[in-house]
Amino acid sequence: MHSIQVKDLSLNFGAVSVLKTLNLDVAEGEFIVLLGPSGCGKSTLLNCLAGLLDISDGEIWIKGKNVTWAEPSERGIGMVFQSYALYPQMTVRGNLTFGLKNAKMPKDEIDKRVARAAEILQIGPLLDRKPGALSGGQRQRVAIGRALVRDVDVFLFDEPLSNLDAKLRSELRVEIKRLHSRLKNTMVYVTHDQIEALTLADRIAVMRSGIIQQLDAPQVIYNRPANLFVAGFIGSPSMNFLHGATVDGGRAFDLNGLTLSLDGYEGGAVGARPKAILGLRPEHLTIVAEAEAGRTIPAVVELDEPMGADSLVWLKAGGVQVSVRVPVERRMAAGTAVHLRVDIPKASLFDAGTENRI
Amino acid sequence: MADVTHALGVRAKAGPRGARPKPLFSRRNIMVYGTLGLVSLYYLLPLWVMVVTSLKGMPEIRLGNVFAPPVEITFQPWVKAWAEACTGLNCDGLSRGFFNSVRILIPSVICSIAVASVSGYALSMWKFRGSEVFFTILMIGAFVPYQIMIYPIVILLRELGLYGGLWGLVLVHTVFGLPILTLLFRNYFATVPEELFKAARVDGAGFWAIFFKIMMPMSLPIFVVALILQVTGIWNDFLFGVIYTKPDLYPMTVQLNNIVNSVQGVKEYNVNMAATLLTGLVPLTIYFISGKLFVRGIAAGAVKG
Repeated sequence: MHSIQVKDLSLNFGAVSVLKTLNLDVAEGEFIVLLGPSGCGKSTLLNCLAGLLDISDGEIWIKGKNVTWAEPSERGIGMVFQSYALYPQMTVRGNLTFGLKNAKMPKDEIDKRVARAAEILQIGPLLDRKPGALSGGQRQRVAIGRALVRDVDVFLFDEPLSNLDAKLRSELRVEIKRLHSRLKNTMVYVTHDQIEALTLADRIAVMRSGIIQQLDAPQVIYNRPANLFVAGFIGSPSMNFLHGATVDGGRAFDLNGLTLSLDGYEGGAVGARPKAILGLRPEHLTIVAEAEAGRTIPAVVELDEPMGADSLVWLKAGGVQVSVRVPVERRMAAGTAVHLRVDIPKASLFDAGTENRI
Repeated sequence: MADVTHALGVRAKAGPRGARPKPLFSRRNIMVYGTLGLVSLYYLLPLWVMVVTSLKGMPEIRLGNVFAPPVEITFQPWVKAWAEACTGLNCDGLSRGFFNSVRILIPSVICSIAVASVSGYALSMWKFRGSEVFFTILMIGAFVPYQIMIYPIVILLRELGLYGGLWGLVLVHTVFGLPILTLLFRNYFATVPEELFKAARVDGAGFWAIFFKIMMPMSLPIFVVALILQVTGIWNDFLFGVIYTKPDLYPMTVQLNNIVNSVQGVKEYNVNMAATLLTGLVPLTIYFISGKLFVRGIAAGAVKG
């Protein structure tokens, strides 16, 4: 059963179209991450799901009910905001119970739910404090608790970790994942941080200018990006792009006269294309000393960046800057001429015109 | 790096600290405090004259020493101003005007702040189609001179059957307070994070619940500012009071004018001074009590717009 169904949703602000006939089906208990650069419409979509924005066209269904025009509180959702949005004059308990009191819930049920949320999130000792007396991490915990006590099917997160420092962010990220595996409810999570997206999501929806570019499992998004945008957006450092052409009926890639065999490429019918782009992740290139016909590209080392666990080497190959991930103990001197072996089965090939994966 | 800070720390400890002390009677100090002193003297002198005159008997006033303190202190002028001075046929002093003013003030302040705070809240949080236009028109209202609207309002109040009564004046004060107070509240609520409002909506709070339970408790300073503006403004109002009410209901300011400007008999300067001081007492008290909150509120409401 679908937990959330978005059907042909459009949203216009005056003449500006923010979301364009968008479709999204979220399964029961699924963790969906909406990922994209700022201004891509991911937060807007979340606000539409929450009912905080009136949509221009389309329908939103939650748990088999058409909630397109329902009030936010009637949709069976809980929402967590980037700025925590805790009511400053109320205690933590007041914040947790505000929505329940609005729903005229009996007091013993409220107490039960608050106790459960406090236990899950370990905020019991904080219940009688005001938000001003809490740290950022504690505040976000309370904000999650406010969604938790509503006992809803769908959790909406709007960049919940963006205001936290790096260490807290990774801690809370794990905690959110743990929460999801314990509660098993549907979660829609907006972020611009690809690490959060890759670690948390069952499926990632990569968005750009109001359109979902690709909706798939994190590994697929990472390894088989549907187009140039997704390929360039996911991954740090980003994918290396080599401009050239496919020749020999699609069996080889021509890079300024240098030919690479496309044997083993996993994708559609390549065919001969005068303009194509070969996308290679830094870990799908290997630095070798000897040239191998049809499998390597000559390159010159520019600098290397030790990253701790591994090390990045930046090289110049065919006039383009290319990054390669190597084991940290392998130091490369600048100016060294080397060859890069290409892992074609893991590469991505794009048509330069449509920018779509072949 | 550590060495450098360490060395600096040592030097700071060894040498004298703080700014170099300046001589008390430097040329700059004399200029500044001299000017300040002169200006305060200029502003305080009339108050001094009023206070001393109100405490003198008429024979002493006739001597003409306006600045001299009273030789024989008498509170008779104050008593007379409050309870015995005559305006028209009534000889019960300013007390009648005081209570009229209070009766006008309380509903006017409550109504104007209630209407303006809700308008400001709606205009900043619940934007509707044309809300910006609505707000602009409201703002233009703040710039139309009162004199233009006097007669139309007379007709309006007559048609509503409120002319000459207390509630007519309350309505006028509410309407005229609306533009500036709405601006004040709208700008204040605009500084409240939007996500707070969204969170409250997800929590099932409606228009009024969000206003009373979330927004109002957060906006004490701006309510204090509005309160001060309205209390002093309405208390000091003369024009609307004299036009839209009848003699029985004249506010204190109008009655003060009638006492001071009565042409029959001797000018009782001491009574006039006492009456004026009595009238000014309410705004003065408000300023003294809430000065700090007022400044804080003005700053909070005015900076972001």
